[in-house]
Amino acid sequence: MSTAHQTAGPYWHLIDFPEWADLLREDGPNAGATGEPVIIQGVITDGDGALVTDAMVEIWHADPQGDYDAGFQGFGRCTTDAEGTFRFATLKPGPVPGRGNTLQAPHIQISIFARGLLSHLTTRLYFAGEPLNETDPLLALIPADRRSTIIAEPVSPGTWQLDIRLQGGAETVFLDI
Amino acid sequence: MSDPIPYARALPGTQPPLDAPAYGSTHSRAPRQAPIRAPHTLTEASSPRFSPQLLPGHADMSVVDGQAAMGERIIVAGRVLDEAGAPLRGSMVEVWQANSAGRYHHARDQHDAPLDPNFVGRARVFTDEDGRYSFTTIRPGAYPWRNHANAWRPVHIHFSLFGQGFAQRLITQMYFPGDPLLALDPIFLATADAEARQRLVAQFDLEVTQPDYALGYRFDIILRGPAATPFEEVHA
Ligand SMILES: [Fe+3]
Repeated sequence: MSTAHQTAGPYWHLIDFPEWADLLREDGPNAGATGEPVIIQGVITDGDGALVTDAMVEIWHADPQGDYDAGFQGFGRCTTDAEGTFRFATLKPGPVPGRGNTLQAPHIQISIFARGLLSHLTTRLYFAGEPLNETDPLLALIPADRRSTIIAEPVSPGTWQLDIRLQGGAETVFLDI
Repeated sequence: MSDPIPYARALPGTQPPLDAPAYGSTHSRAPRQAPIRAPHTLTEASSPRFSPQLLPGHADMSVVDGQAAMGERIIVAGRVLDEAGAPLRGSMVEVWQANSAGRYHHARDQHDAPLDPNFVGRARVFTDEDGRYSFTTIRPGAYPWRNHANAWRPVHIHFSLFGQGFAQRLITQMYFPGDPLLALDPIFLATADAEARQRLVAQFDLEVTQPDYALGYRFDIILRGPAATPFEEVHA
């Protein structure tokens, strides 16, 4: 039996390292890594439409070649700010092998920890316009009318936006992993 | 490339639900739609590796700049294993907590209890070859919250852990034995299974206790293990 999750609560200290939101920082594990730089950002709202300003967001993704073990550390952590916004600077991941010789479209795993979440929420971010989205095995499991909730749109060159709605209309698709 | 071995799913009742009516903050934050069950791919079966070279460990919260924090000094020690009993080696364990008066060194905490200039309340340690970790701190205080009338959180320390796959990611809380607030706490009680709840409560341990220095508590943490498959025999 695995240990039960408990909420991270509102007073978590893991955010005392704001530089972790920049995966390309000079003193970090990925200094000098090359690829397509991207900004990943979004606003988190709750079921009342209120901004979630006390969440911790973590990302995990493959390197530009689609590898998880080749040296690039696709991990980032940040807090949502007073506008409910999270923002990461990283390199766009490549396609990752799926189960059974399938190929997954480029994606970023997102975890959300906050007061009111007894265990963290997991979702993914996909990139709009990616041809592999059409055949991605996970997107195929999601009802067509909800897929857009996990597909980020470009809002300026290199900047991708994915807003997350914890509850209610257009609720984000969360994953049971 | 062979497919990663999936991680086991939780037994019913052994994890808290997202929608727990007695915990008010869940009302507008728990998703209403059922999550999509995702197969475990490399994304779920790989995890960042943190090294003490890049992120130096810090195992003693009880002293800041040579000045002792106020409160009862304690040692917390335990092992991090998966459900199959395999130790998690070299795994980063992050902890954070309130001071002995029940106040976090955190901008958001406005509880009318004193801050301690000699206590920050966060540490980072790495497990050894046997999955063992330990740190020194002071016993945190209980603190009030606004969930219901006269609501107080039981004394607790927050833990954050990474396994070998992101599907093992865990944030939990360690509680203290004999705390009368446990029986009243909607967060603790949200997990239906009594044994699963009891595993969140540390045990006093004379082996961890150091003479003339600090009481010791043992808290073992179990991350998800590999799912049993029909092709695998159970080896005694
Ligand atoms: Fe707390």
